[in-house]
Amino acid sequence: MNQPIRTLLSAVEMDVILHRLCCQLIENHGDFSNTALVGLQPRGIVFAKRIASMLHSDYKTSPVRLGLLDITFFRDDFRRRDTPLQPNRTKIDFIVEDQKVVFLDDVLYTGRSIRSAMDAILSFGRPREVELMALIDRRFSRHLPIQADYIGRRIDSIDSERVVVEWKEENGIDQVLLTRTQK
Amino acid sequence: MAQLSVNHLLGIKDLTPEDIHCILETADEFSGVINRPIKKVPSLRDVTVANLFFENSTRTRLSFELAEKRLSADVINFSSSSSSVSKGETLIDTVNNILAMKVDIVVLRHPHPGAAVFLARNVKSIIVNAGDGTHEHPTQALLDAYSIRQKLGKVEGKKVVIVGDITHSRVALSNILCLQKLGAEVMVCGPSTLIPKFIGSLGVKVETDLLKALQWADVANMLRVQHERMDMKFFPSIREYTQRYGLTESLLASLDKELLIMHPGPINRGVEISSAVADGNHSIILQQVENGVAIRMAVLYLLAGKMIA
Repeated sequence: MNQPIRTLLSAVEMDVILHRLCCQLIENHGDFSNTALVGLQPRGIVFAKRIASMLHSDYKTSPVRLGLLDITFFRDDFRRRDTPLQPNRTKIDFIVEDQKVVFLDDVLYTGRSIRSAMDAILSFGRPREVELMALIDRRFSRHLPIQADYIGRRIDSIDSERVVVEWKEENGIDQVLLTRTQK
Repeated sequence: MAQLSVNHLLGIKDLTPEDIHCILETADEFSGVINRPIKKVPSLRDVTVANLFFENSTRTRLSFELAEKRLSADVINFSSSSSSVSKGETLIDTVNNILAMKVDIVVLRHPHPGAAVFLARNVKSIIVNAGDGTHEHPTQALLDAYSIRQKLGKVEGKKVVIVGDITHSRVALSNILCLQKLGAEVMVCGPSTLIPKFIGSLGVKVETDLLKALQWADVANMLRVQHERMDMKFFPSIREYTQRYGLTESLLASLDKELLIMHPGPINRGVEISSAVADGNHSIILQQVENGVAIRMAVLYLLAGKMIA
């Protein structure tokens, strides 16, 4: 059970941030002819789909290649949790070899998921570059030397707090909440 | 996540329908993994698996070994013909000696029914039954159900006939239990001498006429006659068996419907199934073999996941 502490981002703030992130992507990747966006399962998927659709509809880019990457089998905490995690669908129907790949995830916390994702993407070839976009960066919480290239909002939080990202497509509202895990 | 209710895979009998669904869904993702350019994941990199095969096997042994290697496990192989078993060592002693070398999971094939259960009770390791005599062959049943689900969309409500030597087949029993738990209707068909007397108590239909059985079914799983397990004659001749229970092109053509043809292997071409049918459009025999790796990866992954490091 999570108890909300405060709203980190409202729908309006999220909209502004998502537009800024789109512009930053266009600045670095041009027409996206050599770039693919890869949303990390499960929480990065809506984020990745939203960015891909905004790029196309609001910024008139050609359709951006979008993949979904599940990292379950590459995690470093297998057999270290009470229950194994259920894998999600991986859907990457394009060649990753020599392409620029941008990972998208909703929250960057310890960095362990991103390490697993870097391992997992190599199953599909050797990308030329891998970048990371995170909507929320929980700074000072990293377990590994991993940083994002594109950040929506940096926040300070402690371990007993959780960042919950809600999306219109799933929750009916765009917002980011800081909650406290009740024991 | 839903996790398995069991700590070993000894037979389909012990699994709940939820367990079976969990294995099939996990296998979906491993099926994706083994079709990638790099077909390996690191999940079991700190796990050692021993494949103990006290009986001949090609497909199952290679399939398990490949599944283990695709999961990055360390693998050791053992076959009874080249071991101390021939010097009189007991099964428990053999396995305990192997476990002393820090092995985590034992995959066991043994000619005696109940060998896997016996081992699970007597040694401290995860046991995966890769076939115990005429009893069960759970991973074969799971990959058969997976193959039906992959081809027909679902198993529930489908009619599956298992044709051939039911009495000596571990595949038959595991398939019956697995398919029924997933909501399929099951029929067995074969010479009455090769159908166990009380098989009706499992809730399966019994038919001795192959044509009638095929007309009823959506899926036909053809079994090999297991001569090596027979200590007497169960039918007059192979020729007569083939005439009455061999699946041929002309028999298939006489049905006015699509029928999915399966076979757990090894095939005796021209006996229980003709070459034309085995290699034909309705046959998914090689897909079954491919799916076997994904299913075994799922089983090993889910069982290993219950073993906290």
